[in-house]
Amino acid sequence: MSAASVTIGEADGDATIRFAGDVLIGAVERLRTETSGARGGHVIDLGAVEALDTAGAWLIVELMARLEAEGAAPSLANASDAQTQLIETVREAIPKEHVPPAKEMGFVPWLDMLGRKTARGYRTVVEMLGFFGLVLAKTAGVLVRPWRLRWTSLVHHMQEVGYNAVPIVSLMAFLIGVVLAFQGAVQLRQFGAEVFVVDLIAIALLRELGILLTAIIVAGRSGSAYTASIGSMKMREEIDAMRTLGLDPIEVLVVPRFLALLLMLPVLGIIANFAGLFGGAAMAWIELGVSPGMFQARMLESIHVSNFLVGVIKAPFFAAIIAIIGCYQGMKVEGNAESLGRLTSKSVVMAIFLVIVADALFSVFFSLVDF
Amino acid sequence: MDGGTLDRDAIIRVRGLRTQFGRNVVHENLDLDVYRGEVLGIVGGSGTGKSVLLRAIVGLLRPAAGSIEVFGTDVVNASDHDRTEIEQRWGVMFQGGALFSSLSVQNNVEAPMREHLNLSREVREALAELKVSMVGLPPDACPKYPSELSGGMQKRAGLARALALDPEIVFLDEPTAGLDPIGAAAFDDLIRQLQKTLGLTVFMVTHDLDSLHAICDRVAVLAEKKVLVTGTIEDMLEVDHPWVHEYFHGPRARAALGSD
Repeated sequence: MSAASVTIGEADGDATIRFAGDVLIGAVERLRTETSGARGGHVIDLGAVEALDTAGAWLIVELMARLEAEGAAPSLANASDAQTQLIETVREAIPKEHVPPAKEMGFVPWLDMLGRKTARGYRTVVEMLGFFGLVLAKTAGVLVRPWRLRWTSLVHHMQEVGYNAVPIVSLMAFLIGVVLAFQGAVQLRQFGAEVFVVDLIAIALLRELGILLTAIIVAGRSGSAYTASIGSMKMREEIDAMRTLGLDPIEVLVVPRFLALLLMLPVLGIIANFAGLFGGAAMAWIELGVSPGMFQARMLESIHVSNFLVGVIKAPFFAAIIAIIGCYQGMKVEGNAESLGRLTSKSVVMAIFLVIVADALFSVFFSLVDF
Repeated sequence: MDGGTLDRDAIIRVRGLRTQFGRNVVHENLDLDVYRGEVLGIVGGSGTGKSVLLRAIVGLLRPAAGSIEVFGTDVVNASDHDRTEIEQRWGVMFQGGALFSSLSVQNNVEAPMREHLNLSREVREALAELKVSMVGLPPDACPKYPSELSGGMQKRAGLARALALDPEIVFLDEPTAGLDPIGAAAFDDLIRQLQKTLGLTVFMVTHDLDSLHAICDRVAVLAEKKVLVTGTIEDMLEVDHPWVHEYFHGPRARAALGSD
């Protein structure tokens, strides 16, 4: 092993460029700078070169090509057979055409991209609606013939998305109740209207927050799990295998997940409502001195059951949104791991966004019908 | 690097290797030498630990006992600094290509150069294009992503990445598996040609009898948790261990070796 070096002879006439040492990839950058000043017809002497790799050969080929382009006639001297062969191989392998990565800037490509994205967005909406319809039809078919339902799978997913989510959902709702009571207390105490904190907590939780936040947690927890599990099956061609075996992937994979979420999200929402009320009541007691008995009495007296119904009615719709988006994105996964990750995060973002949109539409609807 | 001369200088020296997963012992007291400038084919039945041996040598798996020397350095107990230096002197091509799916082919080949060398963008790109072209991919493969390539092209791109730093040793894990016979033969030619011009040492795990016959200087047979026998294909035909005999005298072997 010896360091590579290059010496350039007289710049005029038939001067010689002498390479020496290990002309390897690590030295190429330096040698290239050092030879960049060489001009005129040259002999390139490799007599003192101890080791040559493809990068070194590329350097020599490039140097010769540049000298030739400048009108000189460079030639190799004292190269061993192996070195000559390597240089020849590299010379032949250097691609003649350079394909630059297609990256255009400017207004027209931007417009093009915008058009493509719009068209893709439109197609996604149509496809997703189609998928939703398909799942509904298959679900109806399964409900008519219940023996076709995968009961084991259904129960498994109910446990996965429902039972296992109870701790996190109730903790979250409990804390939300605490926060509402605390923030409400600070404001209401100014008016001496502490007891209205009960109305605040009950209405906010039962109508909106309990179910909405549960849906958001479930979207992050189970929607992503749906995409990831179906997506990885898609990636390993398990779904294609199912089709060839006469199994319907929608019926086997999607319907149980869809039904599980449809059944469990309302239950989780109700649990969240209770946990939130407990949290609120506890905080109201500590912070405002509203005893649990008073809390209960006030709630029964002033909060109509319709508030609870408004919240729970929304749950199956949110469940459908989360399950359909989760499964649809899973089915869209292609052969590589990157698309799995991309679509999993997309499924969560999209599900949460659409849940909030749906919630807003419900709010408008309920206020119009005065419920 | 003067390719061609076959001096008996062991570039990889494995002694008393023992690897195990839990209680399942894969190799026991395994010895193997790989000489500079040769193409060594590793064969063995499924589950005899061919890929495990490769992974142990390149340091992806820590052996339970024994020593592995590469370029005269004990790679099992080498310092991080020594390991990094050695890692630049070998290239590994994994079975499926193992290209980084988020990078284009060009960037995949550039990745090791970017990490280990201080090259200008221009030189790096030119060298990456050269490597891509040397493994027989068309220039328009450079900007493509691995998912847009066929299996055979992915393998070639994987080889281009393995060759990115002009390594002295190349490890190939089933390079021709999953290729059609024409593609496999072309790949064999490619490996042989690169091996000759670049003076590479090739460590190849394979099941492909045609490859063994076409490009391997020596064959090592893994069986009974160790390297049972090494030698040329002709030597293998003489061995009377039942598995080796079956392997090199079976109908497929006869077709590949052109004997009988």
